[in-house]
Amino acid sequence: MSIEICGISKSYGSFTALRDVQLEIPTGQLVALLGPSGSGKTTLLRLIAGLEPADSGQVFFNGEDHTHRDVRERGVGFVFQHYALFRHMDIFDNIAFGLTVRPRKQRPTKAEIKERVHSLLRLVQLEGLAHRYPSQLSGGQRQRVALARALAVEPKFLLLDEPFGALDAKVRQELRRWLRRLHEKLGLTIVFVTHDQEEALELADRVVVMNEGRVEQTGSPQEVYNNPSNPFVYSFLGRVNFFRGRIADGKVKLGEAEFAVDWASEDDNVPAVGYVRPHDVDVSRSPQYPQSVAAELIYVYNLGSVVRLELRRMDTGEIFEAEMSRRRFAELSLQSGDLLYVHLKHVAFYVGGHLIHA
Amino acid sequence: MGKRMKSKGILPGFGLTIGYTLVYLSLLVLIPLSILFLQTASMTWEQFWLTVTDQRVLASFQVSFLTAFFAACMNAVFGVLVAWVLVRYHFPGKRFIDGIVDLPFALPTAVAGIALASIYSENGWIGQLFAAWGMKIAYTPVGIFVALTFIGLPFVVRTVQPVLQDWDRQVEEAAATLGASRLQTFLRVILPHLLPAILTGFALAFARALGEYGSVVFISGNMPFQTEIVPLLIMTKLEQFDYTGATAIASVMLVASFFMLLVINFFQWKTNKLDAGR
Repeated sequence: MSIEICGISKSYGSFTALRDVQLEIPTGQLVALLGPSGSGKTTLLRLIAGLEPADSGQVFFNGEDHTHRDVRERGVGFVFQHYALFRHMDIFDNIAFGLTVRPRKQRPTKAEIKERVHSLLRLVQLEGLAHRYPSQLSGGQRQRVALARALAVEPKFLLLDEPFGALDAKVRQELRRWLRRLHEKLGLTIVFVTHDQEEALELADRVVVMNEGRVEQTGSPQEVYNNPSNPFVYSFLGRVNFFRGRIADGKVKLGEAEFAVDWASEDDNVPAVGYVRPHDVDVSRSPQYPQSVAAELIYVYNLGSVVRLELRRMDTGEIFEAEMSRRRFAELSLQSGDLLYVHLKHVAFYVGGHLIHA
Repeated sequence: MGKRMKSKGILPGFGLTIGYTLVYLSLLVLIPLSILFLQTASMTWEQFWLTVTDQRVLASFQVSFLTAFFAACMNAVFGVLVAWVLVRYHFPGKRFIDGIVDLPFALPTAVAGIALASIYSENGWIGQLFAAWGMKIAYTPVGIFVALTFIGLPFVVRTVQPVLQDWDRQVEEAAATLGASRLQTFLRVILPHLLPAILTGFALAFARALGEYGSVVFISGNMPFQTEIVPLLIMTKLEQFDYTGATAIASVMLVASFFMLLVINFFQWKTNKLDAGR
């Protein structure tokens, strides 16, 4: 089922949570709403579910206006960050809850409910725990119970609010994979909220980047990562270095380094900012390219598979990071205090928040 | 528990505090209560049995236990309602109402009794409304019920309020997304969670009502076989210097109350077990 959000705004007193949000979520996709805290992503999710009324704008499910429908009529599955399980019910009753509260005429028989709950328990790999209570389960298991409970009522789509936020790193990894497989199996539209860019890029078919109540960019993980439409998206998706410079004669000058860009404006000598990912910084012991700049190695961070270097540019004094493989690091046999030459690849230039093509 | 008692912890003083606790409880509770049984023991079984199965005594047991029970039930229902209103809504004068709830604790019960008796008597403000329907409140068991409801008001409110305050609203939202109606959400999701607190409040209100004397004697009329409560009967016996008779009734009362609290505690323990270790 597709979701369409048209011009939704929402504020709490003087705080504006959502500003005129437009968003389309096609059927069957796994979509991540990604943003820092306070960006409005959870508010948007709650609004889709009907847990929060919108100040203005409309919500459509499959082209049908649902803006003024009650939560109970919307038929969406919602999973909360802290599970929100019914503590006094065992796992079986938790999952069966949505079926047992139906009006008598629509309620499945006891045997059907039992059958359905057990098939859901198999789906979330919790067979045999039907008669445990939520307090007897681990965080990851509780979250899977919450998912099964939401799925029991055969929702039109699933909304997950920071589903892995309260879990430790290893369980989070496992659950991500599991959710991905579940999505492939069920073909259900799933929207999840996260502030973890890695989670969004790994899991989602489409990433919606949000900031200060606005949608900044929507696209596949590759699109948003490789072509961020503005500096916010660039810096939010992964680590980034930025260098201040000026643009003149179709060239951006960042200290001693010059880069040719597609700059047709009359204005010259305008401030520009260049963004580079740490893994796009080439480090060598001697200058390899004309634009190479000298830098001093300040500190080495060993991160396991990669090594991160903290460097200071000799020309501008700006501090930045570079990442390289362990092997490359061993080849160069680097030590802090060494004088190195760096070459910046794939620099993205922004003038006044707009991307300039190289 | 065993482990905790053995480990020293960062704050010492287990010996001192447990010693103090035992002395304190002995002086204030255990010794006075055992004297009660000692006094009673000076009677023969036959005398004891005759005293406590006297028609007038049995009638007063009935009055006391029934009115206390119904008053505690009333408080359980409306205490939850008051707690709900105080926790869920914001309205002008909320703090004032919150303060009023504790008033029955602070007020001398005799004052409350006199006030209630004058208002609920046949020509009192509220009493006359009921009198028009041919219903008497003051000087009937209904009057005792009113007084006991009054003095038991704070217990359920104060036990339920904090639990409701800590309640995770998302659980309610989860129920709503699953299609549960408001009533279903309340009955099947919220109420079971509040039940242990309601039971505690009920037990406290019930125990308090059983022992209440001051406010009841003014409104009950104190007619033997009809509106005579047990504490009053004990007072009467004492005034007649029948100390052993008084302690005999008191010890029956004590055992009965103890047993009832035990039963309620058992239910509480059962419901609490489900919530353990969240």
